Amino acid sequence: MKEMTIMLDCGLSAQSILNFLPLPLVPSPRLGSLSNWLPRDCNDPQLEGELKECHGRVFVDSAPEFCPPLGKLIDYSEIDVILISNYTAMLALPYITEGTGFHGIVYATEPTLQIGKFYLEELVQYLEQTPKAALASRWKELLHLLPPPLSESFKPRCWKQLYNLTTLSSSLARIQTVGYNEKLDVYGALKVTAVSSGYCLGSSNWVINLDHEKVAYVSGSSTLTTHPRPMDQNALKNADLLILSGLTQVPSSNPDSMLGELCMTVVSTLRGNGSVLIPCYPSGVIYDLFECLSAHLDSSSLSQIPMFFISPVADTSLAYSNILAEWLSEVKQNRVFMPEEPFPHAYLVKMGRLKHFTHIYANGFNTEFRMPCVVFCGHPSLRFGASVHFVELWGSNPAHTIIFTEPDFAYLDALAPFQPLAMKAVHCPIDTSLNFVQANKLVRELKPANLVLPDCYTVPPPSLPHRTDLVIQQADHKVLVMKRGEVISLPLKKKKVKVKLSAELASCLTPTQIKPGVMLSSLTGNLVVRDNHFDIKMFEGSEGDSNQLLPVKSSQNSQFEWGTVNVDLFVQRLNEEGITDAKVEPSPSGYIIHLQNQDTVIQIDDRSTHIFCEEPDQKLRKHLRKVLSECLNKF
Amino acid sequence: MQEIEVTPLGAGQDVGRSCILLSIGGKNVMLDCGMHMGYNDDRRFPDFSYITQDGPITNFIDCVIISHFHLDHCGALPYMTEMVGYSGPIYMTQPTKAIAPILLEDMRKVAVERKGESNFFTSQNIKDCMKKVITVGLHESVMVDSQLEIKAYYAGHVLGAAMFWIRVGSQSVVYTGDYNMTPDRHLGAAWIDKCRPDILITESTYATTIRDSKRCRERDFLKKVHECVDRGGKVLIPVFALGRAQELCILLETYWERMNLKVPVYFAVGLTEKANNYYKMFITWTNQKIRKTFVQRNMFDFKHIKPFDKQYIDNPGAMVVFATPGMLHAGLSLQIFKKWAPNENNMVIMPGFCVVGTVGHKILNGATKVEFENRQVVDVKMSVQYMSFSAHADAKGIMQLIQYCEPKNVLLVHGEASKMAFLKEKIQSEFKIDCFMPANGETAVIKATHPISIDMSAKLFKSEMDHQNSQPPDPKRRRILNAVLVVKDSSMTVMDADEACEEAGISRHTVRFTSIVRLQDPGPVAKTAEHLFGLISSRLVDWNVQLNDLAISVESVLVKVEGTEEEKNVLVSWANQDEELGSSILTLIQTIDDGEVP
Repeated sequence: MKEMTIMLDCGLSAQSILNFLPLPLVPSPRLGSLSNWLPRDCNDPQLEGELKECHGRVFVDSAPEFCPPLGKLIDYSEIDVILISNYTAMLALPYITEGTGFHGIVYATEPTLQIGKFYLEELVQYLEQTPKAALASRWKELLHLLPPPLSESFKPRCWKQLYNLTTLSSSLARIQTVGYNEKLDVYGALKVTAVSSGYCLGSSNWVINLDHEKVAYVSGSSTLTTHPRPMDQNALKNADLLILSGLTQVPSSNPDSMLGELCMTVVSTLRGNGSVLIPCYPSGVIYDLFECLSAHLDSSSLSQIPMFFISPVADTSLAYSNILAEWLSEVKQNRVFMPEEPFPHAYLVKMGRLKHFTHIYANGFNTEFRMPCVVFCGHPSLRFGASVHFVELWGSNPAHTIIFTEPDFAYLDALAPFQPLAMKAVHCPIDTSLNFVQANKLVRELKPANLVLPDCYTVPPPSLPHRTDLVIQQADHKVLVMKRGEVISLPLKKKKVKVKLSAELASCLTPTQIKPGVMLSSLTGNLVVRDNHFDIKMFEGSEGDSNQLLPVKSSQNSQFEWGTVNVDLFVQRLNEEGITDAKVEPSPSGYIIHLQNQDTVIQIDDRSTHIFCEEPDQKLRKHLRKVLSECLNKF
Repeated sequence: MQEIEVTPLGAGQDVGRSCILLSIGGKNVMLDCGMHMGYNDDRRFPDFSYITQDGPITNFIDCVIISHFHLDHCGALPYMTEMVGYSGPIYMTQPTKAIAPILLEDMRKVAVERKGESNFFTSQNIKDCMKKVITVGLHESVMVDSQLEIKAYYAGHVLGAAMFWIRVGSQSVVYTGDYNMTPDRHLGAAWIDKCRPDILITESTYATTIRDSKRCRERDFLKKVHECVDRGGKVLIPVFALGRAQELCILLETYWERMNLKVPVYFAVGLTEKANNYYKMFITWTNQKIRKTFVQRNMFDFKHIKPFDKQYIDNPGAMVVFATPGMLHAGLSLQIFKKWAPNENNMVIMPGFCVVGTVGHKILNGATKVEFENRQVVDVKMSVQYMSFSAHADAKGIMQLIQYCEPKNVLLVHGEASKMAFLKEKIQSEFKIDCFMPANGETAVIKATHPISIDMSAKLFKSEMDHQNSQPPDPKRRRILNAVLVVKDSSMTVMDADEACEEAGISRHTVRFTSIVRLQDPGPVAKTAEHLFGLISSRLVDWNVQLNDLAISVESVLVKVEGTEEEKNVLVSWANQDEELGSSILTLIQTIDDGEVP
């Protein structure tokens, strides 16, 4: 694309962390007493202690590692622009921008930056508050000896430790914030625009415009009515290329019924005098959960039950949610005109029904904490953060319930290192992203010329192979499939480029009508190229050419001839001009006119005329040129 | 359509009642719709009959843009939409939409309930008017229709204040509203990119001042308040609910904190908490510092400033009270004034403009006794202070904004004529651009010519790029384009001549000339060719002259050497388009005809 490299999102695959043992806040005797695991017939001393077994599953006893985007495909220093769609799609940013020679621009909306910042800070703080002394790596060499799922890990040798806060903040400092529908000029070569995608606060889809081509990139989008501003579909219409990604991770679950189930589970657990643990991220669906759950508790006469929100960034999350009104749904936006906080959780905090703490060891938590209650805390993987503590604490009591709402991690895998578990585990994944029905409908409405999809959307999900409805099916569109690690070239052919014609030059042109609706005018100008913008300006003779005997090209338009020469007319005109010795002879392709006295030959064909002239003063030649020119069409 | 017209209905060589009509590319845009605070009669509102003599003006205006919530910029809006009649789109930022109706309602109450005016808009009018408002985000590009585009930039001044960029085709205008180029206690500085508009319509309130630093005035204000409370006096600060009140609160709050003062500060604004709530929720519109720290401490959650209760009026001892309304014409502020005025220990600080006829205006003009309707006479012994904290750009700031956006013309509004004239001179001499200052009802016509946006065929584009890349880089070399403009079905494309003929469905006719020059140049043919090549390329510095196989070529001109050791025939041939070049080269070779090759 005019020699630009654009990176669309930089998500981090966190699935890898499920292979690691949880990091408890207080030493856990249970986890400490897990037995070492070694492959049979293997006595590699370096592997000793790296792997532990729990309830038939093998885990790595080390600081969790993440799987960053594949770095070998592309040199990060050559990326010109990174477009970030939402705060869940930027976790790998520091891996890409720091220490790689990257010097491009990163664009994201203000909420994406702010929420992404505390999202990542939470993650870093979780890991930093529970440091691990040893780093296990030997197991990666012996993958073939290990049992699944560990042996099936995707490229574990590329896995990396998480960055630190310094790296994170210098990476985030590169982000330039943008508003929805703000047209950003990227090095003069193209324009990019973020448009609302309805998925979360500040989430966006991107429209990339070249002079005449349009590419739309759809990532995490939602057509449901939750708290964010609704999805803007208009801007995505009629693209030459539509890249579709970020569909729901749980296509068989309906978010509304999951929410209903969650509320019911909470109420029944509380009635049974149990408490509820909801592992969560610090922003996003939890805002809706606070709202719906508190209303449901009210209607179940359980208003006195406290809700706890424990995260190092809980206060930041709640504070930001209330100042980003412009990025919210209309209903929430209108509340600030009252003026009232857009989210009811501001009120819940004021009333003391929702209490937020940075940590379980934070001041005041012990005095405020009482059961039964509902606890929201991270991390949804149950590998670090307060959630580890609560599962350890409540795991043996069947009265308590853990409810999984975040769809990123398979809940049974998340729970594996805590087995056996007496606490109830309920799976209510809430993913508001587009499902396949919505996505298929969307593509039909957007009418792209070409559609690009990840390969996984063309076949039913591996867990539901019989659900052939869970695919993107578009018979009307040209579909291109992309696979992880594969480079595909997209069918965008540039037909035209925009240039600017100066008004001064334009006023000098005299277009000739060739036929109705078509006019041609020859054009001679000075092509000025600056910042990828092309201007055609009036040609001005320069003064510094005195050492040149010969002219530079004149600023006058030289015209172009077209059509055929009417030979009879030509000869007649020659006669009128006093050239009377013309002798016309037919030739295989036209005519040859001989001017006998001047030793001059004019060869006239359908599409060309050639004048051979030997006389030194060029007078005759110029005369002939004038007469010929009168007998031809020109523009 | 080459011209842009600007007609102020208000704010032309005048401060107040901003309302400017802009006619650009066949579209009519109204910039602000303010009222004049100094008048009580018809002159209060802009003269909408200028647009049309009678009936609604919807058909004559494509959109209305409101820059910020001050009444001299939006005060006439409900009158225009609901009473004159306008149902088209109105654009403003979200904070403006939130706060403007409150100020409008405040003013309406004063006008109707206190002054007993009739024929004024109603509360319902304000509500209906606000329903027509569409909010815009900063830098969001909004298409009003398929041709008219607007975009808001941060203006400082007050919460939610914006400057607007307006574009139709390739013509564009920037309207600043009121703006502030230096960050203050709670707002950031105005910013705009190099958008190079045809016209910059800028306010010029402080056209001649290089403002004494605002810090000085703030220090002065704090000193006076502190001295007064130190001697046990009471300080009354009449304010409007929103805007300056919050800035003064931040000022006092931080001062109280720093100086560890214990004297109570009260906020008796009608909406008290509500008013500050707006600021809390629109924190993204405040300055960097407030935004950075708001999680730990929202600047608008005041620790030292408490809500006021009427009983406190008679409390003994020092105190500071913010009370509405700002001009002491009614309500609580007036009630407090009556009680405190006779005591010389007390002080009233007027932080803004007061309309003629209000108590505020009287005491600012030195009245020592104020008489009220019920014959009550109050002696004014308290100290009366006036302090302007309005945040406008000064001359330096205006020049700075011109530098930022590089307009082709500047048009001054919202300032006094004499000051404008001074600034106009300065702009013209410093930037060498035209500057206009139309009076109300006067139209400034500004020419705006622009390059025309056309297409270039990919083929021509590619051959141009290849041609350029094949030559050694030289930024000074001029790139000459010889091509054809094809106008077909209202689209315009430049192509090369062959492509153009194909597009038009005609066949091109090429005309070539060939002449032979006989040359006496003993020696091998190749040597003659080299001689000629040397000669021609020495005369054609900027041209790409090539020697290939005894043939020299420049553009379409071909020079070929044939013959024997003794006599050479030099064929010079060129296409008609290179007539000038071809005939010059021919002449050049002919001039060495008789003599030797130099």
